[in-house]
Amino acid sequence: MSSIENKDGANLKAELIADFQTSQAVLNGKSALPVHQLRSEAMKSFDKLGFPTIRHEEWKYSNVSNLVKQTFDFHTKTDFNQTDLEKIPLPHLTGNVLYFINGVYNAELSQIATPESKLQVLPFSVALAQQPELIEGYFGKYANYETDAFTALNTALSNDGVVVKVADNKVVEEPIILRFIADARTANVGSQPRNLIVVGQNSQVKIAEAYRTVGDEAAFVNTVTEIIVGESAMVDYYKVQNESDKSYHIGTTQVYQKGRSYFYAATATLNGGFVRNNLNVVLDGEHIESHLYGLYVPNGKQHVDNHTLVDHQKPNCESNELYKGILMDKSTGVFNGKIFVREDAQKTNAYQNCRNVVTSDEATMNTKPQLEIWADDVKCSHGTTTGQLNDEAIFYMQSRGIPKKEAIRLQLLAFAQDVVTQIKIDSIREYIEELILEKLEAAR
Amino acid sequence: MLTISNLHARIEEKEILRGINLEIKPGEVHAIMGPNGSGKSTLASVLAGREDYEVTEGSVTFNGKDLLDLAPEKRAAEGIFLAFQYPVEIPGVTTINFLKTALNEIRKYNGQEPLDAAQFLKRMKEKAKLVKIDDALLKRSLNEGFSGGEKKRNEIFQMAMLEPTLGLLDETDSGLDIDALRIVAEGVNQLRDEKRSFVVVTHYQRLLDYIVPDFVHVLYKGRIVKSGTKELALELEEKGYDWIKNEVDALEVA
Repeated sequence: MSSIENKDGANLKAELIADFQTSQAVLNGKSALPVHQLRSEAMKSFDKLGFPTIRHEEWKYSNVSNLVKQTFDFHTKTDFNQTDLEKIPLPHLTGNVLYFINGVYNAELSQIATPESKLQVLPFSVALAQQPELIEGYFGKYANYETDAFTALNTALSNDGVVVKVADNKVVEEPIILRFIADARTANVGSQPRNLIVVGQNSQVKIAEAYRTVGDEAAFVNTVTEIIVGESAMVDYYKVQNESDKSYHIGTTQVYQKGRSYFYAATATLNGGFVRNNLNVVLDGEHIESHLYGLYVPNGKQHVDNHTLVDHQKPNCESNELYKGILMDKSTGVFNGKIFVREDAQKTNAYQNCRNVVTSDEATMNTKPQLEIWADDVKCSHGTTTGQLNDEAIFYMQSRGIPKKEAIRLQLLAFAQDVVTQIKIDSIREYIEELILEKLEAAR
Repeated sequence: MLTISNLHARIEEKEILRGINLEIKPGEVHAIMGPNGSGKSTLASVLAGREDYEVTEGSVTFNGKDLLDLAPEKRAAEGIFLAFQYPVEIPGVTTINFLKTALNEIRKYNGQEPLDAAQFLKRMKEKAKLVKIDDALLKRSLNEGFSGGEKKRNEIFQMAMLEPTLGLLDETDSGLDIDALRIVAEGVNQLRDEKRSFVVVTHYQRLLDYIVPDFVHVLYKGRIVKSGTKELALELEEKGYDWIKNEVDALEVA
């Protein structure tokens, strides 16, 4: 490994590299397996890339310098249990509910409802240690560890998460809900969940990832989810973030869609000190549909950055993207939406829209649509708006007897509805609605 | 019921109302007419509490209360309703939910229990008939994609639902064809009774064929320069506003 330069990030980087060397030492001769070879490659890549700075185009508005100055314990023992869980309810959860505490699967808290004939669920750690052949064809094949430092880091060091496989021609009725809880009650904690979701052809499934912090210390969550959507399969994917002001969340969801498949994503960021979500979708087949929705409601000094990439590689596909933000106080937001339409991808329809309401003079939103189109017979559009509350609408409501605060709340709720109503797991949608209400209430 | 004394109001540095005096008693309908820019809509807006305007002088009392001291929502709860010249579209909020919230806020202010779902629906069905407004329209986002006529009918429907004691109609006739105008006017007429009063702001006399006023006032340069009965409106229709302008301007020069 190359020497560590004395610059921002040296602490965390050195810590992580040492961590990797320790993990290598206990592989007991398995290091020659392809999976471990790949992890080694990823570590080399991380070492070379280092943590990004704001000089890096993709990180221009999201500065990780505060993150990389700190240290985090990636192996904190936690006694987080049912009683603790009851304090952070997510009501009416049914179906397959899996808990990960500091990134580690907790079987006691979890429940699996769907029979194995339809759905195979196992902890990533088990797959890695005992059945690497299960993940070999997929793991690290989609999420790019060569260019993205955080993905490289996760690929090299992730020690748990979930592997979900849906067999062909199955409709999984029960949702799969993954709850990631960072237990920062005693120390700065780090976790690197890694999820692999492989959906067989002509199958249907709904998956949600819900992130939450407990405790007042700092938490660093570096998560990567790879989703492979088989031919004619339908996948709904929701990501819900309700993390603490001292948390850093960096996540990549890498989606690979085959022909005639349908992928529907909604990302709702309710809370989090520093949040960066990358959602990358590759449409590698014809007649694919991709829908990407996002909602973020930062307040205080929260920072939320959504980067999306929709990569149209084949003809006759459609993608549609709508991100909405409500920015309060001194919060900052970033939306960077890339759409690629490759030379082959004729007859592509690709739409992108990002709309924001800024309720304070001190909040900032940076938006950047980026369309790169190499095909000539396509329909693409994009638009971004960032505005204030509509005063005339507020006066209109007041003139009907609705108090001003309530009028503002109604207007913002209505603004968020376009995204919230896209979420088809009732418990998750209601949870999000509840959190938005809470947040707008606090803004009074 | 409503007493306006020497009311002055301005927007930014421009004085628009320059001493309005007007007394409205229960059950009366007052028409406010006048050329463009005379301050008609400003008067309606100031009464409803629009923040853009600053009242610099004078007073308005409504049922003994200092109206200018109340927030717009409290004025509404006290019984004032402004039918907007340009009703606002509010995406994501259905007319039904909007009105349920509004109605129950007003009831709360007046110490009444909220209406339950059944009572609310009953009232809604009843009032929707008044202005021949379609149920389906009420389930849609408030005014979003409504035609001009539908928006104006929705204003009168809302007024019927909220049962104010003073209705301010701000150029409700603008942009309406004759059929829509009739429907809107009929809706208003059915709401007329001995306790409820109206201020009808309009540029043209046509609306007053259907909503027959007790008094007609002509506003010019921020003052009421002439008052009369419905015949005054007919005279204005025939002769236009110039003769009044000339009279007033001549006095100013003198």
